[in-house]
Amino acid sequence: MAKMTLEELRNLRGSKKKEMTQRDGDKCAQIVIGMGTCGIAAGAKDAFDAFLDELNHNDVKDTRITQTGCMGLCFSEPTVEVAVPDMPRVIYGNVDAQVARRIVREHILGKSLVSDHIFDKPAQDIIK
Amino acid sequence: MAFKNYILVCAGTACESSKGVALYEALEKELKAQGADTEAQLVKTGCFGFCEQGPIVKILPDESFYVKVGPEHAQQIVAEHIIKGRQVKELLYDKNQSSGASADNIAFYQKQQRIVLRNCGVINPELIDEYIARDGYAALEKVIFEMTPDEVIQELKDAGLRGRGGAGFPTGLKWGFTKNAAGDQKYVVCNADEGDPGAYMDRSTCEGDPHSVLEAMTIAGHTVGADQGFIYIRAEYPLAIERLENAIGQAREYGLLGKNILGSDFSFDIELRLGAGAFVCGEETALLASIEGKRGMPIPRPPFPAVKGLWGKPTVINNVETWANIPMIILKGAAWYSSIGTETSKGTKVFALTGKINNSGLIEVPMGTTLREIIYDIGGGIRGGKKFKAAQTGGPSGGVITAEFLDTPIDYESLMSIGSMMGSGGMIVMDEDDCMIDVTKFYLEFTVDESCGKCAPCRIGGRTNYNILDKISKGQGCPEDLDKLKTIAQAMRKASLCGLGQTSPNPIMSTINFFEDEYLAHINDKRCPAGKCKDLLSYTVIEEKCIGCTACARVCPVSCISGEVKVAHVINQDQCIKCGQCFDKCKFDAIHKG
Repeated sequence: MAKMTLEELRNLRGSKKKEMTQRDGDKCAQIVIGMGTCGIAAGAKDAFDAFLDELNHNDVKDTRITQTGCMGLCFSEPTVEVAVPDMPRVIYGNVDAQVARRIVREHILGKSLVSDHIFDKPAQDIIK
Repeated sequence: MAFKNYILVCAGTACESSKGVALYEALEKELKAQGADTEAQLVKTGCFGFCEQGPIVKILPDESFYVKVGPEHAQQIVAEHIIKGRQVKELLYDKNQSSGASADNIAFYQKQQRIVLRNCGVINPELIDEYIARDGYAALEKVIFEMTPDEVIQELKDAGLRGRGGAGFPTGLKWGFTKNAAGDQKYVVCNADEGDPGAYMDRSTCEGDPHSVLEAMTIAGHTVGADQGFIYIRAEYPLAIERLENAIGQAREYGLLGKNILGSDFSFDIELRLGAGAFVCGEETALLASIEGKRGMPIPRPPFPAVKGLWGKPTVINNVETWANIPMIILKGAAWYSSIGTETSKGTKVFALTGKINNSGLIEVPMGTTLREIIYDIGGGIRGGKKFKAAQTGGPSGGVITAEFLDTPIDYESLMSIGSMMGSGGMIVMDEDDCMIDVTKFYLEFTVDESCGKCAPCRIGGRTNYNILDKISKGQGCPEDLDKLKTIAQAMRKASLCGLGQTSPNPIMSTINFFEDEYLAHINDKRCPAGKCKDLLSYTVIEEKCIGCTACARVCPVSCISGEVKVAHVINQDQCIKCGQCFDKCKFDAIHKG
């Protein structure tokens, strides 16, 4: 994109805001992986690869994988947030490749939560 | 088919000990017995970090938060909540929580409040669009098109924002000095040279939300009249560097950095400068010297960088966390910001919580939160159920906070008054197994290594004190050593050139103050109460308890334990390297350590 004017920036913000809030309500499942140094050091890249591989393997098309920074739960890295339509949004901790595959099979496909790896979001989000 | 409810049972180690497992099994049985196992899924979760109230049960999707739940409550929870859809009022943490109220509203979750980390773990840090969607660069718009520079400075002053690098100097005041300083060229600098052992707040912020730093620096550029900014970051943060570079590229592409930002006549750009990881370069004058390409050594202040900084020009220099606060202050206003925190310390503070704590991690709490809340409510308590001994804040420049001060509200002044300091935000928790002399030695070794050597008090004083501590830890200390340590520490505080030397005696003064008995035990009794200082330790077999299982002899790496099967063993003290493996291995408590 070329350099923006004030108006263009405001328009972009409006449309992106809409897009991000819509994401929560749409039909698409979402996997967000914490990829700060702490996450990567604990194996977030392996988990990322395993997610991709398992999704491909099961021919899942309507799931989006994105990365984010540190969620703050460094003791349970790698951490992954999973949002499936009509299910509560949850955070998983200690997600290695094996757990990543379980999340795809049990949570994304099987619509049930994966025991032993669920954590709570550590803090409320101040921007609603 | 998705379940209607999800019952989350805390199975963290702390709750495990407070009957989490029995509760899980009871719930499992009840779900089956009442035919509700297709209605609700039972899930084991990690620690919620609220162990004093454990075991904890949370039911999704309505986020009911039950505390102190025992197996005897399982029947009621299933019958009432799962089958009839009615909350079990007497078990709710917040008894007034109405059905459907989210756990976000209960007090526990408000112990953390995210301003600096507002986007960390939420947005994709490599996409500027996601930052913009969360009101990114809206503060910059406001500053360029709606506010005068003096209004921005007044806003920061009213907000009460103080520097998060450690010293706590009011940010608005600092910007005011630079704005009013005469000069054709001014600079803005971000100090991302995070060097305290155990601290990683700034790294995580740069990695998780790089644009917040860029936006704030651009705001400062507009306010003080600078057109160039530098981020000084250590080369050992490759991911933070990559994400910052990527963010700078995107901001330039969008015209949020560069010439005529957003069509205005304001131009500003930012470059990275990589440091080699010298601790002293976190000191602002040394940092500026390093950016100029000189050896990173401090110079006496005043003049302060705000008036005479980079290449002799007026320079605003703030630390990453300070920067990340600024867009929110501009957007939500000084009144909002100053409503958070204590009388003298406003806003929040990010801590990297590490050490002997169950839930180590990156936390952000309002100023004035007590250490007890941080350690027990957020951190989930001490690992292995051990006793809390002290928390170290402020890194090599700070001191310890002991158990008697657990309820001190954390802000700049109260930490200073108990001989510690806010510092940049590393918080290392220590338990009864940590020796204070050992910890102090560790910090001193660090500052001795990192001393640039320019001034004698720091170069010689630090080394001498380290040698004395080393002697004490080896059981060769004498009663005069304590006074010697204190005298040298005082001289260093007064005579050192920069903050590194002035503050490096702090760990010594703080631990002598709170743990003098531990020093005396090392010096007079040649004993290390925590059992950490190897030279003062010996391992012996307690004959009456030893059953001769040979486990210790097999694990000993130097084969210095001898004895026949079913006969009490003996440790050869001359060969023992005091590794402690026999002590850990023995199942019969038959090895004495001390």
